[in-house]
Amino acid sequence: MTLMTQLPDAEAALAALAERMRPAVAFDAAFVGIYSGGAWIAERLGQIIPGEHPVGFIDVSFYRDDYARNGLKAGAKRSALPFDVDGATIVLVDDVLYTGRSVRAAINELFDYGRPARIELAVLVDRGGRELPIEATYCGARLDVARDLSVVLSKDREKLVLGVEKSAER
Amino acid sequence: MPNPQLNAHGELTHLLTLEGLPSPVIAHILDTAHPFVGIAEREVKKVPLLRGKAVFNLFFENSTRTRTTFEIAAKRLSADVINLNIGASSTTKGETLLDTVDNLVAMDADIFVVRHAQSGAPHLIAQHLNAHGRSHVHVVNAGDGRHAHPTQGLLDLYTIRHYKKDFHQLRVAIVGDVLHSRVARSLIHGLTTMGTPEVRVIGPRTLLPTQVEAMGVRVFNDMREGLAGCDVVVMLRLQSERMKGALLPSAGEYFKHYGLTPDKLALAKPDVIVMHPGPMNRGVEIDSAVADGERAVILPQVTFGIAVRMAVMSIIAGN
Repeated sequence: MTLMTQLPDAEAALAALAERMRPAVAFDAAFVGIYSGGAWIAERLGQIIPGEHPVGFIDVSFYRDDYARNGLKAGAKRSALPFDVDGATIVLVDDVLYTGRSVRAAINELFDYGRPARIELAVLVDRGGRELPIEATYCGARLDVARDLSVVLSKDREKLVLGVEKSAER
Repeated sequence: MPNPQLNAHGELTHLLTLEGLPSPVIAHILDTAHPFVGIAEREVKKVPLLRGKAVFNLFFENSTRTRTTFEIAAKRLSADVINLNIGASSTTKGETLLDTVDNLVAMDADIFVVRHAQSGAPHLIAQHLNAHGRSHVHVVNAGDGRHAHPTQGLLDLYTIRHYKKDFHQLRVAIVGDVLHSRVARSLIHGLTTMGTPEVRVIGPRTLLPTQVEAMGVRVFNDMREGLAGCDVVVMLRLQSERMKGALLPSAGEYFKHYGLTPDKLALAKPDVIVMHPGPMNRGVEIDSAVADGERAVILPQVTFGIAVRMAVMSIIAGN
């Protein structure tokens, strides 16, 4: 398998994402990161985007659509939304936008906390390959990767790093 | 012989006993229960994991509390719950246990939650399902005879881990009628598997099993000696039937020696937690001053129990 595009530098992609969000995002929008990569990005965005942005985290394990096929994997975390979801403007934050299924799950979960006024989506990288009608409002970088590879965000000390690995199953 | 609780990949597919269950499997359940505790604090206390699944509560022995917590857990996972009061129906007409099970499988049961006075009944059902190509149907033991009550053991482990963070430094005492207690048996297996260095059982000789040391516990007949330096004290319910036989002189006499009072509790560590599986007999095994005191975590146990049962059902139904 070949990698079709050079992987972008994660820190540069984060800077580009913040650049796009800064003029457009609501002053009091809450940033909700999808575990685990999205959570790191939401935290960083909370520090660098001006405004009053509560930061929350969401784990979509209990809302995934592949439970019947793959079961419940270890490592489910507790979602934490330290603000009132009812009437809030929320920016969902994820590391890699691919099929759109995690975002669908996250939106469903958010509605079990309340009725947000508006939900936007910010992603570090968009790799195409959507299986649902979901698009990012803000995107740091686009890339094209072979279908049998997963794009993974990791942390080297505090620095974000993008990598690829062979997909376990799909 | 392979462990009938695990599938070919070593994943949990039935929960029958904590005995012989590998520590990563127990840890997976406890870790998964943690986010389910969070679900209970939300406005909408439901997740869609078991949508379209049918959970059958098969209670051959009465237990309002355990049945209710399983029912709440299944409903919070969006399953349909069917409660069967078996004592009052089929078996009195002569149907065998496995015929009852086959009929309910024909009604598309996905999970059986089984309580039975006979030790091994849930085991028998699980083996029957596995042997007849129905391994997609799962069994949870909700208490069988004197044998096991694994979800109670797991919720006790969850509670201990919640307050004490780690099992590796703990001294845990289990007090009372260990002989008749499936709760004690499950907890002892769970604590040992999770690496608890010291588990004590405290009780009169007549209420301790003869070979209990073989389970890796220290035995005390004197409660004050046994409580010394403990991090966790688990009180067991003294069933009133025991008083009628020759096992015990009287409730008053029992309370004097084995009832948990503030002065006896003072011998344990200052940050000790006091647990009880319920229902409590105040003034028999536990003094109200302790049951309602600041060291008691008896009501949090109930809350955690729902999350633990959600974790168990969602893990087995996915495997």
